[in-house]
Amino acid sequence: MNIFKIIDEIQQVDGDAVERLQHATRRSFMTKFSKTLTAAAVPTAMAGIFNKAYAFTPGAIEVLKFALALEYLEDDFYKMGNAAPNLIPAKYKAVFNQIGKHETQHVNFLKGALGAAAPAKPAFDFSAGGAFPNPFGVFDTFVFLSHAFEDTGVRAYKGQAGNLMAKEDEPLLDYALQIHSVEARHAAKSRDILSEIRNNDRIKPWITLDEGSPKPVYAGDENTIQGGVQIIGIAGKSLEAVTESFDEPLTKEAVLAIVKPFIK
Amino acid sequence: MNKTTKRLSLTNGSEENPIVDVVNRRFFLRSAGLAAATGAFIMQSCIKDHDLGPGGTGAVNLGTGDIGILNYAYALEQLEAAFYIQVIATPYSGITDKERRFLTDIRDHEVIHREFFKAALGAAAIKGLSPNFTGIDFNSRASVLGAAKTFEDTGVSAYNGAGILIQDPGYLLLAGKIVSVEARHAAIIRDLLMPNTISFAGDDIIDGNGLDLLKRPSEVLPAIAPFIYDTIDASGLPTP
Repeated sequence: MNIFKIIDEIQQVDGDAVERLQHATRRSFMTKFSKTLTAAAVPTAMAGIFNKAYAFTPGAIEVLKFALALEYLEDDFYKMGNAAPNLIPAKYKAVFNQIGKHETQHVNFLKGALGAAAPAKPAFDFSAGGAFPNPFGVFDTFVFLSHAFEDTGVRAYKGQAGNLMAKEDEPLLDYALQIHSVEARHAAKSRDILSEIRNNDRIKPWITLDEGSPKPVYAGDENTIQGGVQIIGIAGKSLEAVTESFDEPLTKEAVLAIVKPFIK
Repeated sequence: MNKTTKRLSLTNGSEENPIVDVVNRRFFLRSAGLAAATGAFIMQSCIKDHDLGPGGTGAVNLGTGDIGILNYAYALEQLEAAFYIQVIATPYSGITDKERRFLTDIRDHEVIHREFFKAALGAAAIKGLSPNFTGIDFNSRASVLGAAKTFEDTGVSAYNGAGILIQDPGYLLLAGKIVSVEARHAAIIRDLLMPNTISFAGDDIIDGNGLDLLKRPSEVLPAIAPFIYDTIDASGLPTP
């Protein structure tokens, strides 16, 4: 086994390979490979190095950064909301504290996974330049933004799952799916509270057609083509029920357009 | 009296749909990424598998690869759909309007999921399973919502755990589209049991990193076995 040939091959698909290997493992590389290594031990040693320098694919790192940006936004939003006096009625305090706790955990978890590659937290403007005046003074506005952020989060993670299918990204696909369903639980309860305070039964824990506001958050959710096949009328169920049964993804670009007005 | 002691067929009667045949063929061939000729061969193999469990015991064989995972999902959806059909057919005493609305919606979603998988799998689909709900008192709110909570949390954990076992990106996306709906169900069922508490995303299911349940088929299938009369053979499923 010629380890230098392998590094050459990696270099061909990833121009930074040698530099990254050197950066990550200079010391262990020198001690392990320049001395008394037996041929049989080489693959194990290489695997150890790759676990550090090549833990995840570059595409997966981009997914993590994108996810962290969204979690920063949610985390700050709930920190401010949960700290605001006279905003959240006592009845709902436990719910929003729990959601906020999870968003903080998600931020910490993603920062840990990214390490030095983690981007810094941007500054947020939750009024979106005045479009949502007083988000931490009016409970309706706060819940409205909460449900929109959660539904956006669900669609954003869903849209990235396909970028985590490489073998070395398997742990990340597990984690992303586990965060994704937590965001969906949040979305369901936030929507339920919005329905209650607005006395509007059309707002359900699940998304009907593309109903909802802001419009871009729900654009395309009325899709009825699943697996390439039109399923309108399946099992004799209503169009509403068919669209509620499948949550649709959003592209990274669509998500960034939604959150951009909230970033200073 | 509302205890269901008879065996139900999970895919019978009015919940069937005629578009299924059309969906069957097109979806299977397209999404499984198989040439038509190969597809036909594999479908034949799968049909045969159904009748031959381990040692010919009649166990329901889920199959292999992505087809196996789709059948695994189909089995879960069959169970959920049958459960909610029964819940709405024999509502528990004291059911509120809100509860009836939610549970009817959820029934419809689960029936749609079930029929979708049946259609997607076509000839490779496992048979309609026989549910065993003898442990559930359909006249009791606590029993029904408690079972619903178990089914929904199990569904979420199962789809989350199946993600890395899926090869086709299209199927992974489909699983993602469904799992978040299951998570919405789970949250609202939990909230019906303990309104406006942390239960909708409780510390009993979400860990210290803010991560939801995740279970592989080897953990999920034994957990749901008591609710199904049939024996399920998952020996062909991909493993991590």
